Amino acid sequence: MSVNLDAAPGAVRTSGPAPRRKDRGLSRVGALFVSPYVLFIVVVFAVPLVYTVWISFHRFYFTAPGTKIDSPWVGLSNYRDVFTDPVVGQAFLNILIFLVINVPLTVGLSLVLATALNAKIRGRSFFRAAFYVPYVTASVALVAVWQFLFGSDGFVNHLLGSHAPDPSWLVNSHLAMPMIAVFVTWKQLGFFVMLYLASLQNVGKELYEASAMDGAGRVRQFFSVTVPGVRPATTLVVIYAIITGANLFSEPYLLTGGGGPDHSSTSPVLLMYQKGIEQGHPDFAAALGVVLVAFVMIVSLAARKLTERGD
Amino acid sequence: MLRRTAYALLVLALAGTATACGRSAPDPATAAEARGPITVWLSNNAQEVQWGKAMVSAWNAGHPGQHVTAQQIPAGKTSEEAISASIIAGTTACLAFNTSPAAVPTFQKQNGLVSLSDFPDGEKYITERGGGLTGQYRSPDGAFYQLPWKSNPVMILYNKKLFAKAGLDPEHPKLATYKDFLETSRTLVRSGAAKAAIWPSPSSDFFQPWYDFYPAFAAQSGGKQLIEDGKPQFDSAAGHRVAEFWRTLYAQKLAPQEAYPGDSLNDGKAAMATVGPWAVAAYKDSVDIGVVPVPTADGASGTYSFSDEKSAAMFSSCENRATAWDVLKFATSTAQDGKFLEATGQMPMREDLTSEYAGYFEANPTYRAFADQAQRVVEVPNVPGSIDIWQAFRDEWTKSVVFGRESTRTGLRNASSEITELLNEYGDPS
Repeated sequence: MSVNLDAAPGAVRTSGPAPRRKDRGLSRVGALFVSPYVLFIVVVFAVPLVYTVWISFHRFYFTAPGTKIDSPWVGLSNYRDVFTDPVVGQAFLNILIFLVINVPLTVGLSLVLATALNAKIRGRSFFRAAFYVPYVTASVALVAVWQFLFGSDGFVNHLLGSHAPDPSWLVNSHLAMPMIAVFVTWKQLGFFVMLYLASLQNVGKELYEASAMDGAGRVRQFFSVTVPGVRPATTLVVIYAIITGANLFSEPYLLTGGGGPDHSSTSPVLLMYQKGIEQGHPDFAAALGVVLVAFVMIVSLAARKLTERGD
Repeated sequence: MLRRTAYALLVLALAGTATACGRSAPDPATAAEARGPITVWLSNNAQEVQWGKAMVSAWNAGHPGQHVTAQQIPAGKTSEEAISASIIAGTTACLAFNTSPAAVPTFQKQNGLVSLSDFPDGEKYITERGGGLTGQYRSPDGAFYQLPWKSNPVMILYNKKLFAKAGLDPEHPKLATYKDFLETSRTLVRSGAAKAAIWPSPSSDFFQPWYDFYPAFAAQSGGKQLIEDGKPQFDSAAGHRVAEFWRTLYAQKLAPQEAYPGDSLNDGKAAMATVGPWAVAAYKDSVDIGVVPVPTADGASGTYSFSDEKSAAMFSSCENRATAWDVLKFATSTAQDGKFLEATGQMPMREDLTSEYAGYFEANPTYRAFADQAQRVVEVPNVPGSIDIWQAFRDEWTKSVVFGRESTRTGLRNASSEITELLNEYGDPS
């Protein structure tokens, strides 16, 4: 049985004023329910965002309450400073390196693991929980584990002996950012596995049965049924991973001694913290923040186009 | 309806923000005369907290109408960040006993500090207490926005047991010249006595030069500040010798390029550390400590070091400034300074330190070396943009000295030129 949804609006339009009153009542109740969230969005996101954009076009400095200081309009001056600062360019390059490693690794590993955990295997619940543990553990604690493994005197270097990299993993300008990317992949994996697991529940079993009857093996089923079946989840995972990557702060801060060596693991958000909070340049930090938002939007849109290609 | 709700919420949020921003500061003239209860902030160092509470109790016993409440500085990565955030929010205590001089220009720019020179006896009290050492703490406008309170002159602390384990004489270590220091370091590491000879943090934080470069530069240059007369001083023969010395330590793996996630001296991972006298109390139960001055190229004696000084400051949010000023003088009086020295081992910023507390230094000979050093200390320059300047220096230091990605001469030259630009920028903010 099918329902012609197109007919419904016409029916409403011709049914007189009573339903409209009912609609308005529903609208009030709905508004009441969403108002805490709207308030939250306005206070926590919208106002700071508008204020940030305003700051980015002014020479601005945080001062004690009741103090009057001029915040003159400086046009694109802060943006010019951002685009001419070589450390900013390095920070965005670092993020690109991060995304190139982290996003494919996250998508690939979490989909494969979710597919495995979706099968009827012994100890499935244990594995589902085990992959989720790093995600819910504080970064500071996980960083300690990572330092135990990859510190210059760490477990991995003991195993590698003379083959260990010099300088070591976390202070090597070529390896620091890839190490952070792998660390974040490991930390976040449980969350993305859960997303894929939820999505896998919606892939029809009949598709697997039909493909099996057509002679498809497990691998062929994975690429021909599972991957297309979870494409919306893949879009979500990719965009979420990009946003996570763009917001990197605690990992480079804690794992590589504040963005070292020589800024090779500095992220834009870490730089915003250093410029805005440590060095007292909120105007520069605000402009950098706006640029970062634009960067995330562009990369996310490109990724969405890529993942939804063929739909 | 929804649109109206959204507009209403937006207006509410904006009004809330505006109200928060519009909180008024006390009138300076009224506050300067006002007496009443105040709050003071102490650092989170256990010995300082112990002294602070005793000091406050002593004050409260004699001043019932002017009650003082002591609290530890709110948590933050550094106390400077916590104070800065509090200035912006208008929630600072009246006094803080742990202000870094490097942060004072920032606090001043935020209009967060009260000029102590504005109190009728302000200038006299500060200069008489600190003598010739106080000049470094004046702000560019000539006033004191901080009371130079205590110094922690940076010296080389070493673990006597590790020196003995490496076959070195723990009572007479060869650490005076760069050549001897490097030779001793090689012996310590190659003998397996310690993983590192010395382990200052190689991280990119702006304040790390105070524990590797700056003490050595103060010693090698005979007491020069990073910037003097508006010009960087480190792209010089003294600066080059210091940078080359540290570069050798890193290149020969005597100092690790990776930050130690703890206290390397306390954990026996490093045989030496550049620290102040606070560390003597901290290590007394775990490490058999020896103390020597920071090395120089030729081992000259009577050299300078970095002060690692902390000041006491009064904040513009304080409503009872007359009480706050009296508490500040009480807390830095001869009697309280003696109690502070007893409790913490840190050096009150006094010209007559060793003679005033001769008994203490006789009973505690380890601290005598620090007291002697405290008479020859170099402070961070009190210039606008101080933190930017140190960050620019640190970036080049990390690149050239710690990781050897460019020559030390290039690193210092680049840092000098970047800092010159910053000085010009801050000098002419238009």
